Amino acid sequence: MKFQIPIGPQHPALKEPISLRMTVEGEVITDADIRLGYNHRGVEKVAEGKNYIQNIYLTERICGICSHSHSTCFVQGVEKLMELEPPKRGMYIRYLVSELERIHSHLLWLGVAGHEAGFDSFFMYVWRDREIVMDLLEMITGNRVHYAINTVGGVRRDLDEAQKAKILEGVATLRKRSEYYLDLGANEPSFVARIAGVGLLSLEQVISLCAVGPTARASGWDRDVRKEDPYAVYDELDFEVATADTCDVLGRVVVRIKEVLEAYKMIEQMMKNLPDGDIACKAPRKAKPGEVVSRYEAPRGENIHYIKANGTDKPERLKVRAPTLGNYPATVEMLKNGFIADIPLIFAAIDPCICCAERAVTLVSARTGEESVVSTAELRKLALARTKNAPVKRNAVWPL
Amino acid sequence: MLNKLARWSRIKSPWILHLNSGACNACDIEIVAALTPRFDIERFGILLKATPRHADVIVASGPVTRQMKDRLIRIYEQTPNPKFVIAVGACAMAGCVYRGSYNILGGIDQVIPVDMYVPGCPARPDAIVDGVVKLLGKL
Repeated sequence: MKFQIPIGPQHPALKEPISLRMTVEGEVITDADIRLGYNHRGVEKVAEGKNYIQNIYLTERICGICSHSHSTCFVQGVEKLMELEPPKRGMYIRYLVSELERIHSHLLWLGVAGHEAGFDSFFMYVWRDREIVMDLLEMITGNRVHYAINTVGGVRRDLDEAQKAKILEGVATLRKRSEYYLDLGANEPSFVARIAGVGLLSLEQVISLCAVGPTARASGWDRDVRKEDPYAVYDELDFEVATADTCDVLGRVVVRIKEVLEAYKMIEQMMKNLPDGDIACKAPRKAKPGEVVSRYEAPRGENIHYIKANGTDKPERLKVRAPTLGNYPATVEMLKNGFIADIPLIFAAIDPCICCAERAVTLVSARTGEESVVSTAELRKLALARTKNAPVKRNAVWPL
Repeated sequence: MLNKLARWSRIKSPWILHLNSGACNACDIEIVAALTPRFDIERFGILLKATPRHADVIVASGPVTRQMKDRLIRIYEQTPNPKFVIAVGACAMAGCVYRGSYNILGGIDQVIPVDMYVPGCPARPDAIVDGVVKLLGKL
């Protein structure tokens, strides 16, 4: 017998509002449906009313976990529009913060994955160590979560020798701990038994469904914007793209811990080669008319910002494609043929960042080219027709 | 006598429900960070609960999107009395940077009554712990 299980928007397995509808047959999921829109704040529209400097703070608040990713992606695009050449020292500090953010995000995810697999002591250990990197970020930028270090043309705060020493010290401690977690995550029998073979996604599916980030790399698809299209400082750094070929949640755990280890390597190189000079150059207030696409490898995958300028100090259009949105089609495939008990684990394994992905999207049919946009007038007509025909509700059940 | 016992247990072990009403995740990870070893909110007997029916305190973050408004009211109604609401973060207080957007209502207090505000964008875990403890002092 088939029936539907609604999960969310407020549900113990989810930290953010999203609604999943599972069609199940016994214990096995046959179909999954993801409903979005609970977290849509209209950021893109708000961005059109603010100038470029104000928008840095707005894009930072698209997401709290990858806040630096969004603001860096936006600033990169604006710098390209304004044809600025930011000083090298500023770039090194900016991407130092982005690697530290990657560490904090992956450690956070690792803890949550441990929690979803029922390994709560792992969660507590990892989050204890995450505080080390949070302290480093607070020391460099002055804030724990929204760093506000980016500005158009560079960064806003400089590093000194004492801070450099502290960063290296913190990274050394974290490396030792992360190696232990890699050992634990890949070899601890009870943990591996829970996560191995769960949420399978083959390489062909990854390619056809356009999965991004660690989800794709765990299936052996070694794509990383930092390697393929090196922006700013990444062509001067020596690092490898972490991949795994197990195609399951175990692979995603391994890929993320390996990526953290690569990030430590990069931070050490950046500290060693930190050039002297200014941290920012002067930026004009207005950008020339034009459009730009900016790419950035966020902790969850490729982040794309599209900015269109019209010659004023405000962007005409800002479009954000967050990595989680690219991973939703793959999640539906992963959930199919899985068990109900695996839903939180599989869903957490893509590291969903719902607030990142809550943008208005237009679906265009590949066959007919038909668009799915509904105008306000049409929506109003539909709503009026619906209320007219709807029966009078007594003791109405709340819609999900 | 029974009232005294209920009051004592409520102060010694309040259970909280974490509710995201459209926040950017920053306040949410700081609420989770408050539960982990560095800040360790459990030393006040506070436990994170998954369902509103078990909770005494709703810790809400976010500027309340139009989609979440009805769900927020419903969750508030499901929580047994006496219930308390803590609004964490600047957007839960007044909307923060999203203020003026077409899809937000601008603060938890536009929808349900709020007992305590914790400012900050995002609020630090220490501030959240402080807010919860001050609320307990009020009981």
